[in-house]
Amino acid sequence: MASAVSIRGLHKAFGSRVVLDGVDLEIAPGEFVALLGRSGCGKSTLLRILAGLDSDVRGSFSVPGTVSIAFQQPRLLPWRRVWRNVSLGLHGVDGREVARKALDEVRLPDHADAWPLTLSGGEAQRVSLARALVRQPDVLLLDEPFGALDALTRLAMHRLVEDLWEAHRPAVLLVTHDVDEALLLADRIVVLDEGRVVASHFVDLPRPRRRASFVEQRVRVLADLGVDDAQAA
Amino acid sequence: MSISVAGVLARPKTAVPRPRKRSLPLRWISPVALVLLWQAASSTGVLPPDKLASPLTVVASAGELIADGQLGEAFAVSLGRVFFGFLLGGVVGVVLGLVSGLSRWGETLLDPPVQMLRTLPHLGLIPLFILWFGIGEEPKLALVAAGVAFPLYLNLHAGIRQTDPGLVEAAKVLGYTRVERVVHVVLPSAVPQSLVGLRIALGTAWLSLIVGEQINADAGLGFLINNAREFLRTDIVVVGLVVYALLGLTTDYLVRLLERRVLRWRAR
Repeated sequence: MASAVSIRGLHKAFGSRVVLDGVDLEIAPGEFVALLGRSGCGKSTLLRILAGLDSDVRGSFSVPGTVSIAFQQPRLLPWRRVWRNVSLGLHGVDGREVARKALDEVRLPDHADAWPLTLSGGEAQRVSLARALVRQPDVLLLDEPFGALDALTRLAMHRLVEDLWEAHRPAVLLVTHDVDEALLLADRIVVLDEGRVVASHFVDLPRPRRRASFVEQRVRVLADLGVDDAQAA
Repeated sequence: MSISVAGVLARPKTAVPRPRKRSLPLRWISPVALVLLWQAASSTGVLPPDKLASPLTVVASAGELIADGQLGEAFAVSLGRVFFGFLLGGVVGVVLGLVSGLSRWGETLLDPPVQMLRTLPHLGLIPLFILWFGIGEEPKLALVAAGVAFPLYLNLHAGIRQTDPGLVEAAKVLGYTRVERVVHVVLPSAVPQSLVGLRIALGTAWLSLIVGEQINADAGLGFLINNAREFLRTDIVVVGLVVYALLGLTTDYLVRLLERRVLRWRAR
């Protein structure tokens, strides 16, 4: 089967600063990949390139299917009611019913007619997920979508994203710097450092996962990130 | 005629705390007292009618002017001047604002001269306008148009430039073309700032009208006032001023209504 995402020898520089220095990555259809790395390692840039927001790259990449993205900030249009923000993902099609269903799925059935500014951070992020999913993407890009949420909301969002992924089975590329988040959700963890893929781990654990189940993997992934496990324990 | 930074995206002007309702009647005490004092001064002859007519005389004169149609006619003429001047300046301000807001070349070529010209006090242009347009209706319309075009241009331009690039990107990923992004994201996000511009423009329009109507007016509120001055009819002068004030308040109120309707998404 063709890859959902295929990246070969991708280089990207902003002026003289090299951000991506020859990245290779294949993502199978339906695969959940977490891209881990420190701030500034180029992981968000990689995501933006796949989403078509950054051009002027060397190397090649292909994303044959429909792509959706959810950003760290929900980026809803504040002057459109929630359901109209969701149907924005359908691009012009008047999809009130489709939008409603998507809102049901992200557990916001009663907020279809609300204004985005009245939502909490977690609610707005769920609307953003609904907008990304409503177009039934083959590839769902998640750019630290839980980064701005409080810890409790983040836990609920982890479960929600896993459920949505299991229901729709898009290939997911989740950019994060949270090792636990990656271990909780991903089939495979790819570690990026200074613009290169430095490690790749399959996480072969039954879902839903518990933190206790991935203690050993955690130590290894942290080692790849250059963090001493004694400090992290 | 400066650009207001109030009312940018996330800061609704309506969030300014208003005086509580309970205190409203109390706030009328001093204005009413002032009017009573004014009436007392007029009645006792302290304030002679050729300096300022008494409130009661003003009210009576207003009644007469309305009854014989003079006020209605002057009102219609002045309203027409503001309307057409506003239309003219509005088209110019909006078109220039769109071009320079939406295109880099437009901004490069248009913005510098407009920014230079806006530092001119446009009311000071009267001598030139008289030389260019004579002393008929044209300089009055031109003055109103000039007063309107600048605030509309500045705020529309600023509103477009303040668009959150994150929202534009989100639309881009969803497959929206440049034109669609302008329609669905850029222009709607420029609306709050543009409405600020509209309010400033309307205020300036009335001010420009009042000044413009000093130029050899043979009709309109300015004519009514100037004519009354020649005959020391301070009562009619005050009536004219009150009508100017009411017109300004009314248009301001209409824009507020429009804002409340169009910007209802900002209400919490």
